[in-house]
Order: sequence, then structure tokens, then C-alpha cells
Amino acid sequence: MTGSAREEILSRVRAAVAGAEAPAVPRGYRREVEASASQLLELLADRLRDYRAEVVPVPDDDAAIAQVLADQLTERGLRSVVAPQAVARAWLAGPAGGEAVQVVVDDGTLTWQDLDGVDAVVTGAALAIAETGVVVLDGDAWCGRRAVSLVPDLHLCVVRGRQVVGLPTEAVSRLQPTRPQTWIAGPSATSDIELDRVEGVHGPRTLVVLLAG
Amino acid sequence: MSAAFLGMPRRRLPETGFSPVQGKRPFPEAASAALSDPVLRRNLGHATGVIRRKRASVVGELPDWEELRSAGAAIKAETMARLPELLEQLEANVTAAGGVVHWARDAAEANAIVTDLVRATGEREVVKVKSMATQEIGLNEHLAAEGITALETDLAELIVQLAEDHPSHILVPAIHFSRTEIREIFARRMPGVDPDLTSEPRRLAMAARAFLRERFLRAKVGISGANFAIAETGTLTVVESEGNGRMCLTLPETLISVVGIEKVLPRWQDLEVFLQLLPRSSTGERMNPYTTLWTGTRAAHEGGDGPRAFHLVLLDNGRTDVLADEVGRSALHCIRCSACLNVCPVYERTGGHSYGSVYPGPIGAILSPQLTGITGDSVNDSLPYASSLCGACYDVCPVKIDIPSILVDLRARHVEAAQQASRVPSAEAVAMAAAAYVMKDEKRFAAVTGSMRLGRPLLRDGQLRGPLSSVMTGWSRARDVPAPPRETFRQWWSHRERHDGAASERGGP
Repeated sequence: MTGSAREEILSRVRAAVAGAEAPAVPRGYRREVEASASQLLELLADRLRDYRAEVVPVPDDDAAIAQVLADQLTERGLRSVVAPQAVARAWLAGPAGGEAVQVVVDDGTLTWQDLDGVDAVVTGAALAIAETGVVVLDGDAWCGRRAVSLVPDLHLCVVRGRQVVGLPTEAVSRLQPTRPQTWIAGPSATSDIELDRVEGVHGPRTLVVLLAG
Repeated sequence: MSAAFLGMPRRRLPETGFSPVQGKRPFPEAASAALSDPVLRRNLGHATGVIRRKRASVVGELPDWEELRSAGAAIKAETMARLPELLEQLEANVTAAGGVVHWARDAAEANAIVTDLVRATGEREVVKVKSMATQEIGLNEHLAAEGITALETDLAELIVQLAEDHPSHILVPAIHFSRTEIREIFARRMPGVDPDLTSEPRRLAMAARAFLRERFLRAKVGISGANFAIAETGTLTVVESEGNGRMCLTLPETLISVVGIEKVLPRWQDLEVFLQLLPRSSTGERMNPYTTLWTGTRAAHEGGDGPRAFHLVLLDNGRTDVLADEVGRSALHCIRCSACLNVCPVYERTGGHSYGSVYPGPIGAILSPQLTGITGDSVNDSLPYASSLCGACYDVCPVKIDIPSILVDLRARHVEAAQQASRVPSAEAVAMAAAAYVMKDEKRFAAVTGSMRLGRPLLRDGQLRGPLSSVMTGWSRARDVPAPPRETFRQWWSHRERHDGAASERGGP
């Protein structure tokens, strides 16, 4: 039945558009912005805050990132944190990880219930888009599986200066299409009740972006 | 089989029974009930006003908005022209990435495919991401009849589902409810809800989070639609805000996506246009909180991410008929942003339910009747008239669909279809034929318009008096009838020319 449905639909489509000409696509929109690295970081921070993400500036080196992460975890009173392997090795091997906060490394076997029992997640990012205030995760060794950055209630995301682009157009040309991607602009939100924006529904209710640059 | 479009009206719906794209009552009848509901009008007026301002503000930020719109319109036109090859390319790439592609000619076929896929997993409960395509085919109702519970997880869809109501807006389906009403719905219908729940939106959203959390974690089957499907890579995209989409697309082992054949985009690069156009047009945000992009199954992804089984159901359900119409075709360019609803003076006053279809507002007024077929006597024939043709919808459409022109074209098609459907000409057809006869000849036109002033005594305060009032009552119920002037323009012009001519003879240079 499906085979014949396929043939029938395709032949109806062919008949319907027979003779239709495909127009050339005018791509006169902006492809990049003129801005220095620090201007891009500033714009990104502004746009992220506008949608209620917390932004923490850090120097762009592993030791500084590890220290700020440790401070964040302890200051917020978190008891456990999950992270992809690369992140755990680079940024969570220090004192905070060893003492007050339990570090769970995702080896791919954690169940959704396991993740639900963890207070927070730390990830890196594939890139970030300044103008729209977006962080993109693409499932690499720093971003981890999609479920890991989704189920815990607090997401700490480390973005490095060189990962920040100006426009969505630049992001699309840098990203690998077939990698599983999540574009994140602030914590989860809804406008379903009288168009009033409420932050924090099913995804992490708190998003903290560590801007390293 | 006959695939060629012959321009003949064709009914694609059974005479009776429920259809998600066609209501039971014609628009004017349904609208008059909505117009007399002051709570509804207040809810709608507030919500559409808020979102109009937000959209205008974020669209105004972009110096290249018009260039993005032009690109979006051209990509969609290209997509339609190349649809056969793009669909085959999409199928090949989804299959190569471990997915299975199914084709459904109509709602019944799509529902049967999805039901069989759910049955094969042995599950009786599925979680759903908000999707217009699955609403259009009435999937939830069908699954319920087959003993499968489909749980809507978008907050507004959940509200509507718990209220046993229908969505009234493409983007914010519970726009017709106030927070107080939503609080009542939750208090009465949501299992395990806190009895002290208040009507504060944050508290209501948290109640939905608590209710759905455990259900997300245990769900084995997720059902979604898709905003875009990239032919070049086999990548699907869902754009959302709450994270319920991420939950449904990430956690269940089996993912089934029902997608209209027009949702395909040729290239990966095209996302750079649509991921700018859609969020700003729909929620009035620079970017929506969450966008998920996935290609096939876990096996195709490094690091074992993604569903174990992925099924893509490509849906026709009347789309190929719309596609065959050169004027109406561009209704398929719609990316379901709902900007046209929010600016429409008719939608703002009548609400989504008046349109009787899951596609309300201006886009619904051109899409619904084309999907069901203009027959001359169907309920959806009334939708192209649900517009003042003010053009606000065209101005905000991110892919520049010329909705007013399509409305006018559909009105003409309805008149033709009505004439074919009925041997006895309607009063309107007789009047139009008479008008055509008069207007074709200058002398006849002058004679008739010159005598119109004789009708002046029949009018008072915009209302017809005397014998005509009973004949014209349908037309004049909602309109003031202008009184004909004492003198026609032509009469005034000829006096003026005579007078001016005399003046220039006297005082000219």
C-alpha cells in the first residue's frame, strides 16, 4: 500500500508542478557582521541576559574555567553534576569536584532517571551566535549527548571566545549538518498563557553561560 | 490514475462527520457567536496586541529583513517547482541515515501508518510535540479510538486537551483562555494537581512541568511534526520554546514524525534564512529558546545520540491539489508562524474557532478551502470572504504569500463552482450579471447611475426602508447602505466642464 502511495503522490506532484520554473534565490541578506571579538562577546552576553540566561565572564584558559565552575557549583549549593568526558577531564577534576560536589561522567550508559537525579550539567558548546543570543550544542566530546544537557534542571555551558560568530548565517555555514544539534537561546520558556513569557518549563530552568574570552 | 488538475471543483471530504480542517457552520454563523462573547474578545485583543508589538520590535532590529523575506519567498517557490526530486532526495537521505520513510495520500492513510507503528512497539501511551500536521489529520482522536493515549506536551496544547476543547491559534492554541480559566481547567482536570494552585502563569507552567516530567522519562514513543526537512542532508528540524519538544525528540526510543510534503527545503544553507524569519515572525523573539535538528537514528550519529528507530511519514492530504493551482500554490509556502493571525482585524475579533479549521486566520482562509476543495456548497467556501482585504497579512508574511490576491481568486472560484453546482442562478449571480450588462455600455451606465438618486427616499441612517429592505436584508444586516448622492460624478463633471469652459473664455490668457 505504501509503495503505491509513494508512486501516486510523486506522480501527482510531478503533474501539479509540470512547467513550473525554479526562481534563482536572491541572497542579499547579511552574511557577516563587522565587529571585533570583544564586541561580539559583549553583544552575545547582552542578548543572552535579555532572555534570562545568567552570564559569567571568565578568562579563556582551562584553569580559570575550572575555578569559576567550582565556585559556581559550590555557591549554588549543588550536590551533583553530570558532564561529558572531555568536560569532566578538563574542567571538573579540581577540588570542588573532589569534595562537596559529586561529578558524574557520562559514559553513555546513564539512564534518564539517573540524569533526573543529578542537580546540574556542565557542557562546552559547538559555537554561539551573538546577534540572536544562541548557544549551539552538536553532540561532540564537549557537548555530550542531547539528553545529558536536557534532563538536569541547571545547565552550565562554557563558550570560548573563538566560538562566537555574529550571525545565524555564519553559524549555519560552520556547523556539520548531520550532527545532532540543539540551538539554545536562554532557559526554557513559554508564552502560552496570555502571551506572558515565563522562563523555565520542561528544559533546564536555569541556564548559566560561562563566556571565556 | 488521473493526476492532472482540471480546475474542476472536487469534494475531498465526506458529506458528514468530523474534519479538523472544516467546521460544521459557515464562517459568518460561527463568527457571530464569537463576536457576542466579551471575555473571548478581551483575551484575543490583549494577546494579539502583545504579540504584534513584540514582532514589530524584533523585526525592526534587522536591517536586512526585506532581503530575508525575498530569499524565503524564492526558496519556497524553488521548493515547489523542484518538489518531486527534492522529496526523493529527502527520502534517500533519511533512509541512508537509518530512518524509514512512509507516504500517506490522506489523513486515514497517515493515521493507519502511525497506529501500526505505535502498535509494533507494544506501547499504549505516546508523548507528542505540538504539530499542525497531526492536528490536521485528527491523529489524537484516531489513536484514542484505537486504544492509544496521545499526550500533548506543549503547555497550550495540554490546556486545550485537558479542557476537551479545540486549538484556536496556530502558535498559541489556548489564546482564547485567560489565566483564570486555565487555572480552573488544571484544578479540575489535571491528575495530582496542587489544590492551592493560583492563576499566576509561573505557577501554572510549574504545574505542567510536574505533571509531565515522569511521563517524559518513561515514554517509549514520541510523535512530532517538523518545521523543516532538508532534502540535501535528510535533517529534520523542530522549533520550540518549552523543552517539551526536546524531551519528545530525545528521550523516546521510537520517534515518528508526520510531515507535510511541502515542508522540505532544498539545502542545509536555507536554514540560515528560515531560522531568522520564523522566530521573529511567530513569537516575536530574536530566537526561540530551543531548536532541535536531527538526522536519522542513533546508529548514524557519533556518540550514540538520537532515537533507535525513526519514521518519517510524508503527508499529501490535499496538498497536491493545492500545488496544482498556480495562484493558490503559494499557500503551501506557509511556515506556520501565525503572524498573519495576529495582525488580522477579522481574526482579532472572531477568534480561531470561527474558522472551523485547525488552520485559522488569513492563512487558514486560503489554505483550508483549498485543502478540502472549493465545491460551491461546502462550509469552507465561506472562508475566503472572512477578510476585509486590508493586506496586513501580506505585509507581515515572512515568505511574502500574497494572501489578499489568493482570497480574491478563491472568491471567484467559489462563484464559478456555485454556478456549476446549482442550475438555478443565485440572487447574487443575477445581480452581478445585471451589473456586468450595465457596466459594459457607457450610455446604459449613465442612465442607471443617473436614476439611482430616485432611491434616496428608501434609505435612512444607513438602513434600507420600504420594499427593498426585505430582499437585501442578508447584505445590509452587517453593513450601512450608503445613500446615493443627489448628483452622480458624471453629472457633476459635465456641469463643471461647461462652467469651466465658460470661465476660461471670459478670463483666459
